Amino acid sequence: MIVAGIDVGGKNVHVVILKDGVVAAQGAAATGIQKAEAAERLYEETLRKGGLTRKAVGRVVATGSAGKRVAFADACIADAAADARGVHRLFPSARTVIDIGAEEGRAIKISPEGKVLDFAINEKCAAGTGTFVEAMAIALEISVEEMAAISLKSNTSIPMNAQCAVFGESEVVSLIHQNVEKQDIAKAVHDAIAGRIASVARIVGLEKDVAVIGGMAKNDGFIASLRKEMAMDIIVPNDPDFVGALGAAEAAAKGVLEEKIAAKVIGQEIVEGEKTS
Amino acid sequence: MAKYKTKGLDCWKRAKELRNRYYKDYKESPSRGGLRWEGGAWSFDAIPQALEGEVHGLSEEPYGASIAHNPELQVRYQEAAEGKWGCARDLCSYMRAYWGSVALNEYAYGGPWPHADFIFQNQICCCHSKWLQVADEIDGGTTPYFCFDVGVGPYDKIGDRQIEYVVAQLYDGIAFIERVTGRRIIEEKLIQNVYNTYRSNCYWAKTCELNQAIPAPLDEKTMFSLYVLGTLEKSNQAIADFYEKELYPEVKDRVANKIAAVADERCRVLGDSQPPWGFLKIYRYLEQYGIVSVANLYTFSLIGWMKVDEKGHLVPYPTLEEQGITIKDRDHALRLLVEGELKGKLMWAPFYGATYKNDLVTKIAKQWRCDAAIIHLNRGCEGTAQHQMQLKIALQEMGIPVMTFEGNMADEREFDEGRVLRLIELFVSETLGLKKVA
Repeated sequence: MIVAGIDVGGKNVHVVILKDGVVAAQGAAATGIQKAEAAERLYEETLRKGGLTRKAVGRVVATGSAGKRVAFADACIADAAADARGVHRLFPSARTVIDIGAEEGRAIKISPEGKVLDFAINEKCAAGTGTFVEAMAIALEISVEEMAAISLKSNTSIPMNAQCAVFGESEVVSLIHQNVEKQDIAKAVHDAIAGRIASVARIVGLEKDVAVIGGMAKNDGFIASLRKEMAMDIIVPNDPDFVGALGAAEAAAKGVLEEKIAAKVIGQEIVEGEKTS
Repeated sequence: MAKYKTKGLDCWKRAKELRNRYYKDYKESPSRGGLRWEGGAWSFDAIPQALEGEVHGLSEEPYGASIAHNPELQVRYQEAAEGKWGCARDLCSYMRAYWGSVALNEYAYGGPWPHADFIFQNQICCCHSKWLQVADEIDGGTTPYFCFDVGVGPYDKIGDRQIEYVVAQLYDGIAFIERVTGRRIIEEKLIQNVYNTYRSNCYWAKTCELNQAIPAPLDEKTMFSLYVLGTLEKSNQAIADFYEKELYPEVKDRVANKIAAVADERCRVLGDSQPPWGFLKIYRYLEQYGIVSVANLYTFSLIGWMKVDEKGHLVPYPTLEEQGITIKDRDHALRLLVEGELKGKLMWAPFYGATYKNDLVTKIAKQWRCDAAIIHLNRGCEGTAQHQMQLKIALQEMGIPVMTFEGNMADEREFDEGRVLRLIELFVSETLGLKKVA
């Protein structure tokens, strides 16, 4: 069976296509403003990359903040649910998932079966998200990749505000004017975000194994800061930004249904949920 | 086919009439030689409403909530308040909406801002006494103002000293009102008002108790429109009659006949704090999953009086009739009023620590048979938003799944509808494992 997962985030869209449970193709692109169109384009590209056609795909599940815009998806699942499924597939021992994307940071507690038990979101604030790092990189006049690399060279701790991306940027500018080394400022930024993200994660409880995913997980400087802040080891998968899409593809493969697909495929009234204890 | 029978409340229309009349009377009072006063929902309205002649009050929080039901109006009023002094957005959002209304010289129920003849207020949280002081400054700064202190301790620490402290202030308040209005407080009116206050508060609590039934006869969205009458004027005869003689019997009948608020009830949810008033549709969204919000310390105790019985259960506070008490005179009336308010209104308790809130809310969760909790981290009200994260832990330790969402009861700029609906969908579909009912 061929299934696809599409994660349409605030900044980027990711597609993962599974063929009989194995990743057959994957792709990533910037979403821009036209998110639905970007998802469509990337899906087509990824299919071509895998030598597949649309017809061959049995089921498509979307996720992400703009997942519902993917009109051709058979279902849409919440991003935290996709994260849980993706991490569970990669690391069945994981019990805490931290996903830091462009616009949202979240911590998710998952069961041994990969079900979402609890979650906490870094709501309505860019501080503690990828956007914060990008803004600081711009202030430092370097790329995010360079910022990650140079921060690892610093041994200095400079306390920095991570409650507000705007104030954070002002602080960076002040540090620049004080002739603080860029590597030290870069580390300070990462330490500040790590502190904020760890606080969010502690709301759900830090239970091992802890997996960090999302675009920010590619930032080695941030990951080093987070490991230190949480005083525990963390797992970072290869291609951490694809885990949401992978989870959506897993959901497609395991037959997680929205009401649309239930009516279409099964042809019955949708299955009522069971009362939980 | 739906699981349970359901129908609307027969007394719904009456509730709306009473509410509309309240706001109309406040506006029109002077035209009939009546007086107006401003105060809070917890302002012991039995006292000013005992003045001779016609008198009507405007309680500030429900007025703020009325504004908040209209997202466009609330933003306009918020911005007017901020424009006046640049007041901080972390202040009470009801208060800012109220200030905006005064600053714009608009009454949300039509016409210019209706000036009050006096202010009778109590200090129940970080802003209440300043609220109307500032409102009066915007309004010209000429309104006589009296505020009394009720920060005497939680319900289980109320004794004669605490009651005496508040009663003494009320005597000062009576002297103040009589002086500034030139009218007398009529003892018979005061006594009847205290009987009515007990009836309103106790029968609302009894009505809330009925929501322990499965299926729940009421959903929280409906309850908001019902408790509000007690926040307007709990000492009012018509309002007390409504609670005792119309609402409570009807809800009791619904329980007896298994008439549900939500026909497909399959999951009972506990709330906390006020809702985001401009987005009550989230309750209807939950109903698509057979989820009914049945309980909330705020919804119960904003006016409902309860007590913890000898078994540690929350039960309605008894009316004066049930206690076999006949009010003898003014002093007796004031003492009974204060005793009921301080001992019965459990909403004071969270101001004294997380332990109190956790204890009360976990009792509610158990007694009202809640399966999950959805907590509104209400940026607009520090009082009700106290201890919410401790509460989350306490509920989770009981085995109750909990989700939180950030919002603001009366400032729609701080409510992200799309994001909240996504979070609710995640919680409902993943954590609770529910699908939409066909």
